[in-house]
Amino acid sequence: MKKLPTWIDILLIPLINLAIALFLSALVVLYIGEDPMDALSIMIKGAIGSSYGWGYTLYYATNFIFTGLAVSVAFHAKMFNIGGEGQAALGGLGVALVCLMFPWPHWILALPVAIIGGAVFGAAWAAIPAYLQAKRGSHIVITTIMFNFMASALLVYLLVNVLKAPGSMAPETGRFIEGARLPTGHDMLGWFGIKFSKSPPVNISFLISLLFCFFIWFLIWRTKLGYEIRAFGHSESAAKYAGISPIKIIMVSMLISGALAGLMGINSVMGESERLVIDSVQGAGFIGIAVALMGRSHPFGVLLAAILFGILYQGGAELALWTNIPRELIVVIQALVILLTGALDNMIRMPIERLYFKMVRAGT
Amino acid sequence: MTKDKQERPETAAPAIQLKNISKSFGPVQANKNISLTVNSGTIHGIVGENGAGKSTLMSILYGFYKADSGDIYIRNAKTSIPDSQAAISAGIGMVFQHFKLVENFTVLENVILGAEDGALLKDSLSKARRQLQELSTEYELDVDPDAIIENLSVGLQQRVEILKALYRRANILILDEPTGVLTPAEADHLFRILKNLRDQGKTVILITHKLREIMDATDTVSVMRSGEMTATIKTNQTSPEKLAELMVGRKVLLNVSKSVAKAGDIALEVKDLKVTDEKGVLRVKGITFNVREGEILGIAGVAGNGQSELLEALGGFRKSQGLVSVYGHSLDLESPSGQEIRDQSIAHVPEDRQRLGLIMDFTAWENIGFGYQHEPEYSNSWGLMNNRKMRKDASNKMEKFDVRPSNIKLKVRNFSGGNQQKLVLAREIERNPDILLIGQPTRGVDIGAIEFIHNEIIKMRDEGKAIILVSVELDEILSLTDRVSVMFDGNLVGDRITRETNARELGLLMGGETD
Amino acid sequence: MIDFDTLLQVLDSSVRLSIPLLLACLAGLFSERAGIFDIGLEGKMLASAFAAGAAAFVTGSALIGMLAGIFASIILSAVHGVASITFKGNQLISGVAINFLASGLTALIGQNWFRQGGQTPPLSGSARFNEITLPLAELLRDVPIFGKIYYELISGHTLLVYIAFLIVPLTWWILFRTRFGLRLRAVGENPAAVDTSGISVVRQRYAAILICGILCGLAGAYLSTGIGAGFGKEMTAGKGFIALAALIFAKWKPVPALWACLLFGFLEAIGIRFQNIEIPGVGTIPLQLMQALPYILTVIILAGFVGKAIPPKAGGEPYNKE
Repeated sequence: MKKLPTWIDILLIPLINLAIALFLSALVVLYIGEDPMDALSIMIKGAIGSSYGWGYTLYYATNFIFTGLAVSVAFHAKMFNIGGEGQAALGGLGVALVCLMFPWPHWILALPVAIIGGAVFGAAWAAIPAYLQAKRGSHIVITTIMFNFMASALLVYLLVNVLKAPGSMAPETGRFIEGARLPTGHDMLGWFGIKFSKSPPVNISFLISLLFCFFIWFLIWRTKLGYEIRAFGHSESAAKYAGISPIKIIMVSMLISGALAGLMGINSVMGESERLVIDSVQGAGFIGIAVALMGRSHPFGVLLAAILFGILYQGGAELALWTNIPRELIVVIQALVILLTGALDNMIRMPIERLYFKMVRAGT
Repeated sequence: MTKDKQERPETAAPAIQLKNISKSFGPVQANKNISLTVNSGTIHGIVGENGAGKSTLMSILYGFYKADSGDIYIRNAKTSIPDSQAAISAGIGMVFQHFKLVENFTVLENVILGAEDGALLKDSLSKARRQLQELSTEYELDVDPDAIIENLSVGLQQRVEILKALYRRANILILDEPTGVLTPAEADHLFRILKNLRDQGKTVILITHKLREIMDATDTVSVMRSGEMTATIKTNQTSPEKLAELMVGRKVLLNVSKSVAKAGDIALEVKDLKVTDEKGVLRVKGITFNVREGEILGIAGVAGNGQSELLEALGGFRKSQGLVSVYGHSLDLESPSGQEIRDQSIAHVPEDRQRLGLIMDFTAWENIGFGYQHEPEYSNSWGLMNNRKMRKDASNKMEKFDVRPSNIKLKVRNFSGGNQQKLVLAREIERNPDILLIGQPTRGVDIGAIEFIHNEIIKMRDEGKAIILVSVELDEILSLTDRVSVMFDGNLVGDRITRETNARELGLLMGGETD
Repeated sequence: MIDFDTLLQVLDSSVRLSIPLLLACLAGLFSERAGIFDIGLEGKMLASAFAAGAAAFVTGSALIGMLAGIFASIILSAVHGVASITFKGNQLISGVAINFLASGLTALIGQNWFRQGGQTPPLSGSARFNEITLPLAELLRDVPIFGKIYYELISGHTLLVYIAFLIVPLTWWILFRTRFGLRLRAVGENPAAVDTSGISVVRQRYAAILICGILCGLAGAYLSTGIGAGFGKEMTAGKGFIALAALIFAKWKPVPALWACLLFGFLEAIGIRFQNIEIPGVGTIPLQLMQALPYILTVIILAGFVGKAIPPKAGGEPYNKE
């Protein structure tokens, strides 16, 4: 049985997928009547050409790291958690409740509790679909989609009827108090005397997300639970042979997945808007799917893919500002990445495999 | 049973002639230069052990596989059968071991599927209803045309498969192990149907391993052994003994030197164990046996007679009813767990190492701890894995069992079948369990490794371990075990002391010739 | 309390709102009955709504708009087919990708063509499907009860509404009375049975996906040229997923699909008509609960607490001949 070397599998193929996605997107740009190379350079300059750009890029990347990790953990157990959007929305609610409920004297105290709040609410929103999958075999993809819509309805209801700040017209909570606001990139680098743009929303959550990349890597590859999750994901029957309970693995992996999606709230709700607004997730839950697919469900891959998508998002915003190319270009790129890496993998992989083995044979 | 076989005249044109058919899957040659003539208007049996190449040959005939070389003649005309459609139009019908029915369709819908006349169903359905009526009176093939398949018994479902073939005007009907899922009464009925079909001029090919069925139902029998056709004989000129001999052959007995067993206390006791499979079929029908320390009990039998289910039930993989006790401790059979089995110091080498025994996409070292990940040496009470220890163990065990390549970081998928098996054995045997359950220990393993594996098993026995060995290889049973029980149709049909029996006797028992 | 006229109005708007759900639901029914899961209904509908709106605006013909919509939807269906049938990829991931692709491309091209923030210009006259007054409706409108029902509820819808209702029995007839339907259902339940009967599984599945594309195309065209007057960004707003929910709710059967879609349309109509509903003794039911109700009901059905919803057996799995 022959196999491709690892570097082709985890590096070359994703890059080829990305290249094809970008090439197809370039055709769209060309069709719109803009120069793709110009567009690319505006995007890159806008995203990583200044501390302002970096500040936004990393802010977006932080969201995508959390949701990408969420999808990855579920993928390891062979679950497709498409409900990151709803779990992140609930996570945002949990974070907001923590921030609003107590008169926090300092963010150092507020942040750990907010992390717990976001994680618990996110996990809770994943719990019912997980339970129904584990116990009753209800397809997790469909139930998590349904829970996304329920989450959105629930949050609208709460923001309109319950949590709306008194006297405000907009359906959003009041601004969090000083002690529940997170230090931004500007603040943090300021402690070391480094100048950084004041306006972008990147904040300490980025460092937390890096920490979670490490935690998840550790969980998946260094703990017994991770070992069992991976074993279950590769072969349910073998896992059963080894005495691993399918119900436990489905529940635990989905709860972790939901918690990770919920953690996004500390970045978007506590870090950026500093209040709970309607649709605080902005599609990041779905981008997590693209990020996880591209990062091959490995936390390091997720980190790189999240930064890449951060660049695309910030670059896309710049592009919309300076050219006639709407922001939605990034949605197209994202769709193509998901399609190519997730569903059309065989289309790319099979020719590469053939080519590689031909070269190997010619070489020997 | 009708005894009119002798009087039947030879029919002129042979229904099927296969000439020099060969087929390989990678390095494995499943069919070697096979030639076979099946006369029309006869029931032609094909017997052989597992892996003898019977199913491959029939799949070639039905257009599922393409032969590497050789020709097929149907009624003296050279015919190419590239797909099932071609087989159907050549008048061949096949009843697979696993039925190909749409379970929530009615009988009628299944019968016409793919053989409809016209775009609307109405006419096809009423035509099929009429024909089914005729067929049922002609061949005793009664079945309610409006019944939903999933509500029918297995025997009736099989009848639908036969009706499907007849509706497509099949003249040649192939049945692959048709009685495996039937009750004795259902099986008798099936053979009456087959004889009716023959008497109406149809040709039937019956693939089976049950010698009684061959003797009772067929006119001619062909024996296959390791991919070759070894004999074709008139059934009334042979005997079960002769067939068993032809089937088993005189293989070179592997030499395992072993002393007489010194059996000690009872280690594992099984009482009235019943196992039902996912489809609700009773596969193990209430069997009782025990194994003592220091002995190897062999479970012999042709595959599909319930041994796999027995082993999986004992291994905690399947639910079962009855009693299994380990040194007096009863196992939970209602909600079994591989965990509990290992806690009782039972090791389980499953028959299907790729589906159960290994995680194919894990590395070799990760697989060395598989099933034992909760043991203190591999993970601490905080749930952290001791990967270093696992890697070290992997190196040692792989060296000891001579697993090649000796690269512990290689994914298991990239090892050969024999080396995968050695990995599983290294993992399970080196745990030093009290009881070893082991299924098909040398399936797909090369000769050199077989001897090594056999010696390891003997060594464990001599250390006083109790061993249950399930194998379809008679040689293995004969050279390795101390006692042997033959499993047939979910029951243990014969218990023998291994050194007091021989291949012929066991072969008869495996064919259902009980004493 | 609600008077008769209000009730009629709510029912009338339920019918209108249920049509896109119904067409998309039947689209999904063809696909999933053939064993191809389709969570890309939303995207196909959106693409079609855009193509129909744009083409209707340019040509001034609702019919040409509809054909353009169907064409766009079929293209996305083909992508799904290539990914999930030919290359045996993950059907769910392919569906997710198609939703994003439609969402991105419609906004992008819409902005490029019309420069109205992704919308098409408003449509009027022959560029829309206009309401059809059925014979005698005017005459009978003053007849109490029945005349009113006929005039308000049954008459006065666009052509697509009547077509959609006709497609329900047609779907039932195709599925259960024709050779094509028999094979389609078989391929979704046990492709091996179809294969051993000598029929191509691949061809059958592509045919199902083609029909799915056509019906999603109709659903989209109805949104922008029937009930609406032009395309608006993200105008499907989750209708594809409600259709999917209705499909599960109806247990993949055409006539129950009609009732499920009417029910979900009714819930939507109530939500629009009454912001909060007072139920004596219970209190106020918030609008958002009404909106979430289709999803909640579907989860309950999926959980099997009220009659189990069992999807076609071979659904979601690419067919590998062994």
